[in-house]
Amino acid sequence: MGLPRLPHLLGIEGLTPETISGLLDLSENYIDQNRSIDKRRDLLSGRTVINLFFENSTRTRTSFEVAARRLGADVINMDVATSSVRKGETLLDTAMTLNAMRPDAIVVRHGESGAVNLLAQKVNCAVINGGDGQHEHPTQALLDALTIRRRRGGLQGLLVAICGDIMHSRVARSNIHLLQIMGARVRVVGPPTLMPTDIEKMGVEVHYSMKTGLKDVDIVMMLRLQTERMQGSFVPSISEYFHFFGLDHEKLKFAKPDALIMHPGPMNRGVEIDSEVADDLDRSVIHEQVEMGVAVRMACLEALIGGRRNALVGAVA
Amino acid sequence: MSGRIHKAAPPHTGSTAYINARIVDPTGDGEYRGAMLISDGKIADFGPNLFASGAPYGIQSVDCRGLYLAPGLVDTRVHTGEPGEEHKETLESAGSAAAVGGITSLVLLPDNEPPFDDASLIEFVARRARLIKLVNMYAYGALTVGLEGKELAEIGLLAEAGAVAFTDADHSIGNAQVMRRALYYAKAFNALIVHLPQEPTLSGGHMTGGEMATRLGLSGNPPLAEVMMVERDIRLAEMTGGRLHLAKISTAESVVAIAAAKARGLKITCDTAAPYFALNDLAVGDYRTFGKLVPPLRAEKDRVAVVEGLKDGVIDAIVSDHRPQDQDSKRVPFAQALPGGVGLETLLPISLELVHNGHLTLPRLFQRLSSTPAALFGLPGGRLAKGAPADLVVFDADFAWKIDRTDLWSKTKNTPFDERPVQGRVMATIVGGRTIYSDDGFMATAEAA
Repeated sequence: MGLPRLPHLLGIEGLTPETISGLLDLSENYIDQNRSIDKRRDLLSGRTVINLFFENSTRTRTSFEVAARRLGADVINMDVATSSVRKGETLLDTAMTLNAMRPDAIVVRHGESGAVNLLAQKVNCAVINGGDGQHEHPTQALLDALTIRRRRGGLQGLLVAICGDIMHSRVARSNIHLLQIMGARVRVVGPPTLMPTDIEKMGVEVHYSMKTGLKDVDIVMMLRLQTERMQGSFVPSISEYFHFFGLDHEKLKFAKPDALIMHPGPMNRGVEIDSEVADDLDRSVIHEQVEMGVAVRMACLEALIGGRRNALVGAVA
Repeated sequence: MSGRIHKAAPPHTGSTAYINARIVDPTGDGEYRGAMLISDGKIADFGPNLFASGAPYGIQSVDCRGLYLAPGLVDTRVHTGEPGEEHKETLESAGSAAAVGGITSLVLLPDNEPPFDDASLIEFVARRARLIKLVNMYAYGALTVGLEGKELAEIGLLAEAGAVAFTDADHSIGNAQVMRRALYYAKAFNALIVHLPQEPTLSGGHMTGGEMATRLGLSGNPPLAEVMMVERDIRLAEMTGGRLHLAKISTAESVVAIAAAKARGLKITCDTAAPYFALNDLAVGDYRTFGKLVPPLRAEKDRVAVVEGLKDGVIDAIVSDHRPQDQDSKRVPFAQALPGGVGLETLLPISLELVHNGHLTLPRLFQRLSSTPAALFGLPGGRLAKGAPADLVVFDADFAWKIDRTDLWSKTKNTPFDERPVQGRVMATIVGGRTIYSDDGFMATAEAA
C-alpha cells in the first residue's frame, strides 16, 4: 500500500556487470561538475534524503550529504546520539517514523550486519546501504571501482590484493563481489585470525604473507585494522602487525612497479600503512577515492530517485 | 487450523472403543489395522483381532476410519514464558499448542525467571498443569544454581519435588570439574542429566561459521564447538558412571563420536530437535531471525548426518525445542535477535517427513518421538501397553497442508518452518482417555460413528 516499492542499493552481491558499469558511467558525468565552480544541479530539487547513521562516520556521511545537496535535494542528518534510538526505540520504529515523513531516500549506516536489509523491508522509499556491520558497503566498492577504472581503463583482468583485517571489513566483502563481477582477480592477504571462515569459497585466493600476496598485483587495497570490532586477541601487538602486514615501501616492491595504493579511510598511519606510502603522490590514490566517492553517491541517488531509474531496475530488491 | 481444544472434557470413565484404526505400536508389533479399548482413562486392550467381528455393543465407540492411532508424543524440551515472560507463552497456551501438535506429555526447561533451581517452582508447574487440564506437564530441575554453571542445585530435593531430569537448558557447562561433580552426585538419585554440548568459549557467534556467515558478515560458531564438548562429556560420563543425555545433536562429527561411545557400551543417550534434520543454514539467508537457534542451523552435510543418526538409532529421541519469542525479540538486526523457535505444533508433521522420505518406519519414528523419551525420563505415557495411560494421538499421515505461522495456537509465531508444505495432521489428541483436541473433520466422523 502507499507508494510503490522502489529499488534499493543494499549491497553489491547480486548486481549485474551492466548495472555496475551503468552506475560508473553515470558517475563519470559528475566528476567534471564537481570540479567546476557551479557545482549544483536541480535534478533532485524537492526530494528529501535522510542520512540515518547509527555509527559515527564523518567521511561517508559528509560525502552523501555533499552528493545530495549538489543534486538539489533537501538533506536531513539524523544524529543518532541525540535521537530516540538511544531511548530504547527499536530500529523498525525509527524506520517507520522516518518513513511517515515521506523521504525519497534514506542512507543508512548501522553497526549490525543485515540491519539495513531489515529497515528496507519496512519503508516505502529507496534505501542506500552506507555500511552495515561486517556485511556490505556498496558505495565504497563503487567508488573504488571508479577510481581504478579511470586510472587503468577498466577492471577486467586486473589482479587486486585486499590486505589486512578482512574479517571485520564490509569494504572487503563489497569489493570482493564487485571486482569479481567485473572480471578482476582478487587476493586477500592478512593473518589467519583476521580471515573469515571459508573466505576462499567466495572465489578469492588467500595469502598469509605480504610477499606472496602482493606479488605482481596491479592494485593494493589496504584496510583499516578495526580494533573496535575485535573481542579478544586477534593479533599480538600493533608493532608486530605493522612489521608483517603494514604496507611500507619494502613490501610494496613485491607488487607491480606501477601498482596503485588504495585505502578506504580513515587510515591508521603506522598500523596498516606507512605514512611515506600513503602520501606517495605517484602511487597513492587515496584522496582520489574520496573525490570519486561524491560522484558515485550522486550517481546512486540519481539512479534510485532521479529521473533515470533504469540503471538499477532489476538490481537488489 | 480448524480444530477445537476441549479443556472442559470430563475425566474419562467407563469404556470407549477406537475401531478401524491403523495402530502404531513403537515397542510392540509395529503397525497394523486394529482397535483399542480404553477404560477409565487407561488402555484396557488393543490389537488386530480386537472387535474384529464388529463394533462393540453397548459402549461408546469412535470410528477412526483408517486413520493412525499411536502413543501421544513425549516432548522433553519445551520452554514457555511462565513464570516470567507470560507475554510470550503461558503454560496454558503451550498446553493448547501441544494438544494441537499431538503431544500428550511435555517436559519444561528450567530457564525461566526465576529459574527452576528451587523445589517450589517444580511444585508450581505441577499445580498449574492440574488446573489447566490439558497435556501432562513435567519439569526439569536446574542442574546448577541460577543456571550459572558454578554450584550444584539441590538435585535431591528437586527430584523429591518431582523434577524428572536436570539440565541448565541452553547454557552449556564449560567447567569440566562442575560437570564431573554433577554426574557423580546425580548418581545417588539415579537422576538423568541433560546437557547441551557446546563449548561456550567457541559459541559467541550468531550462526554456524562458514561461507554463509562470511557472506552475511555475521560472526560464526565453528561446528566443532559441539563435538569437543560431546567428547569431553563422554569421558566424564564414562569416568563417573552418571546418566548422561546429550541434547540437540546437530553436527556430523557429534553423531560419529556418540556412535563410537555407544559401540563401546556406554549408556549415553541423545536427542536432536526437528530443525536440525529438516533445515540447514540456508534458512537464515537474508537474515531470517526465525532461523536463529541454539545451536545454530548447520551445513547440509550435518543435516544429512543427523538424519542418518536417527535412522541408525545413534540419536535416540526427537524434541521440538519449543522456545517462543515475541516480535520485539525477533524483528531486530540478526545479531541482536534472541534465538529460538516455536515447535510444538509442527513437531509431528516435520518428523513425518522422515517417514515420507523413507528414512524411518512409523513405529521407529514413534520410538524417537514417544516411547524412548518416556522411558529415558521415567514418564508413564508414550507407549501402548495394557494398563498404561490412554495418552494417544490420532493422525492422518498423508494430509497435505502448508504451515502458516498466523494459524499457530502458540502466543508467539516464531516458527522457522513458516510456509513449509508438509504432509500429516493431527486429528485428535487424547490424554488419560479424554479427547482434549480434535480436528473439526474428525469430530464429525467420530460423532457419526
